[in-house]
Amino acid sequence: MRPFTYEQAPDARAAVQMAAVPSDAHVRSPVQFIGGGTTLLDLMKLDVMRPATLVDITPLEKAEAGRIQQTPQGVRIGALVRMSDAAEHPLLVQQFPMVAQSLALAASQQLRTMARLGGNVLQRTRCPYFREIAYGQCNKREPGSGCAALDGHNRLHAILGVSEACIASYPGDWAQALVALDTNVEVMGPRGPRVIPFAELHKPPADTPHIETTLVPGELITAFNVPASAAARRSLYLKVRDRESYAFALASAAVGLDLDGERVRDVRIGLGGVATVPWRARKAEEALRGQVLDEAAAEKAAEAEFAAARTHGHNDFKVPVGRQTLVRALMAAKAMEV
Amino acid sequence: MGGDTKATGVSRRGFLASSASTAAVPLAAGVLGAGAASAQAPGRAPDPRAPVDMVLKVNGTDYRLPLDIRTTLLDALREHAGLTGAKKGCDQGQCGACTVHLDGQPVLSCLTLAVMAQGKAVTSIEGLEGRDGTLHPVQQAFIDNDAFQCGYCTPGQIMSAAACVEQGRAGDEAAIREFMSGNLCRCAAYPNIVAAVKQAAVVKTGRA
Repeated sequence: MRPFTYEQAPDARAAVQMAAVPSDAHVRSPVQFIGGGTTLLDLMKLDVMRPATLVDITPLEKAEAGRIQQTPQGVRIGALVRMSDAAEHPLLVQQFPMVAQSLALAASQQLRTMARLGGNVLQRTRCPYFREIAYGQCNKREPGSGCAALDGHNRLHAILGVSEACIASYPGDWAQALVALDTNVEVMGPRGPRVIPFAELHKPPADTPHIETTLVPGELITAFNVPASAAARRSLYLKVRDRESYAFALASAAVGLDLDGERVRDVRIGLGGVATVPWRARKAEEALRGQVLDEAAAEKAAEAEFAAARTHGHNDFKVPVGRQTLVRALMAAKAMEV
Repeated sequence: MGGDTKATGVSRRGFLASSASTAAVPLAAGVLGAGAASAQAPGRAPDPRAPVDMVLKVNGTDYRLPLDIRTTLLDALREHAGLTGAKKGCDQGQCGACTVHLDGQPVLSCLTLAVMAQGKAVTSIEGLEGRDGTLHPVQQAFIDNDAFQCGYCTPGQIMSAAACVEQGRAGDEAAIREFMSGNLCRCAAYPNIVAAVKQAAVVKTGRA
C-alpha cells in the first residue's frame, strides 16, 4: 500500500472541506472518504486506488448520518449506518422488505458489520481486469487503455447498459432496492447540500467508464430518503448466485408490487448482477402496469427488459437467468401476504 | 498438540509470539510512552511514512504502539502486539481468518486500519477465555465437536461463532450458516463447525 495521510472529520461540512480536490478527479481523486473501508482498503492493497489522503468520516455516525428515522414521506437512512443494522431495522423489515433483504443477502456478517451505506452504493466493480493492475487494459482504471473483459473471462460481467469501453458489472445489492423505490440521495458538497434522485447517481460506462457517478469530486453522500408506498410494502429481493451465501449476484431482482386483485396498479423493479449500474427495469414495469399478473405476463415483461441485452460469450447465460430471476421474483411478490 | 507443548516447554506459537514481542521490545504490552517517534521536523511537509503513536485496547489491555499509518489492525496485533492468534489468510477480506471483535461486533482486521480501531474494545481469540484459563463455551464446543482439521481458520471461525451465539443468531442451521458464511474452511469442517455453534448456543441459552 502506498503512503497516505489520515485525517478525521468531525462533521460533513468539515469532511467536504478536507476533501477539496480538482474538479476532474472523480473516483481517481487523491482524497478519499473512508467509512467501513471494505472496498477502499482492499483496492489500496491491490494498488488500484492510490489516495494521498484519507478522510475518516466515521465520527459522523454520532449525528443524523448514523440514524434511521421515519419521516412523513417514508424513511431517512443515514449514510454512516452499518449494513448489518439496516438489514435488521424493524421499520425497513416491515415497510420496505426489499431494502432490508437486499442488505441481509449481501456480503458476509463481518463485512455487513463494517460497511456503511453511503460507501456501499459506491462500491467498485469486481471485474478481475479492473482489480489486477498486471492487466494493461482497463478503461475504468486507466482511461483509454482498452477493455480486456470484452474477449476475456466475462462470465460475471454485465449484459445491460454495457458499452464498447466497459462491461464491468455493478456489484452491489442494496442499490437495486434504492433505484426501484425512487430514492433521493442527500449530498453535502463544496457548495453546500443538494438532493439528487438515486437513479441519477450512477453513470453508465459509455465512453468514460472511469467516471462512475454524477457526484462532483469532494461531494459526500449523507443520507437516503426512501418514500413509503404500497409497492414498497409488498416487495422482496431475490438473489441468484453461485453459492447460497457470501457471493455476488449472477442475477438479482428487487421487486415491489401494488396490486388491485390480480391486476398491477404499480410495479417497481431493480435488477442486479446483470447491469453496469443499478438497473431500473422500466420496460418491464411498463409491460406489467395495468395487466393481470400471471406467469405469462411476467415472462413477457422480462423479455421486454432483456431484449436490449448484449452478451460476450461466457455471460450468455445471464439472459435466461436474468429473465427467470425476474419472473420468479414477480410471482413471489404476488404471493406475499401483506 | 497441547501435550507436546507442555512436554518441551516450547511451542511454535510461543516462539512466534515471543519473537514478535522481542521485535517490538520498547513498545510491547502496556509499556507507556515508548518510541514516540513522531518524526516531523518543523517547517516541513508531514512525512506520511512517519510512525504515528496509537493506543489500541486489546483484550482489556492498552497497547501503545508507534505504527505506520498504513498498518492494519491485523498486522498491529500480529506483528507489533505479539498477538498471533488472528490469522492472515487472504489479507483481502475474503476468508475471515483474521476475524476479531470491535466493540463486540465481528469485523475483518485485515480490512480495518489500526488507527481507526483506537478508542474501541478489540477482542482477539486470546481474550476469549476466562481469566482463570477456562475456555469460552464456543472454544470448548469446537474441541468437543472436532470442528477443525488444520486449524488455520479456527481462530476466525471461533470469533464469528462467539458473536453468532452472543447475538442470539444461532437459532437454526440456516441462520448459523448465513452468519458464519464469511469464514472459509479449506478443510471443509463445516458440518462440525455448525454442530459446535449449536452446542455453544445451547450452553448459553440453557435449552436445546
